[in-house]
Amino acid sequence: MDAAAALERLREISSQVRAAVVFERGGKVVGSTLADDERAKRVAEEAEALLAEAEQQGDRTNGGEFAQLEVALKTGSVFVVRDGDRLIAATTPPEPTVGLVFYDLKSCLRELEAPAPKKRQPAKRKAATKAKKTDAKS
Amino acid sequence: MRSRNVLTGMLLGAGSLAGTLLFRRRLARQRERVDVYFGDGAMVSLAKPGEAEPLLRRARRILELAG
Repeated sequence: MDAAAALERLREISSQVRAAVVFERGGKVVGSTLADDERAKRVAEEAEALLAEAEQQGDRTNGGEFAQLEVALKTGSVFVVRDGDRLIAATTPPEPTVGLVFYDLKSCLRELEAPAPKKRQPAKRKAATKAKKTDAKS
Repeated sequence: MRSRNVLTGMLLGAGSLAGTLLFRRRLARQRERVDVYFGDGAMVSLAKPGEAEPLLRRARRILELAG
């Protein structure tokens, strides 16, 4: 599935996500719900920097690999989720359902990796076979 | 009469305790914070102004840019 389709689906399934930008490590934008490309690029850059600072924090505490983060602010929340080299940054209104947003963002990233579903071929109809009637008269 | 007073007192105590808990929970939710989750299942919550501030600033900028 391409980025535009995955983001469109994200907007359909999640009423809480206001805006989302899919990007790769290094800040390359793969897709965005924002109309302005320059803004999308700047969001990706800020999210990348946010991620770097969060990873530093991780190194200091447990040295684990970053998976996802939520920044809760009074005006809204910012989410960054990672799946391999791909990342998604999204914004929501204040006090979102955190687990649900993480799930939707992760699903969006996974859909990007998955090949587009093939259209199903209509099932071929079997030629109607007439049941042989056995003559009951015997 | 006395048992009624005891019951009223207990109900008032329970009510105020529940109210305090709800109030504190709501306050905690409204606090600005950063929750970072790692691949091994660990989670770090940053709420102290010193450690969370750089990340909060970046998140504010993202919210502004995203509109």
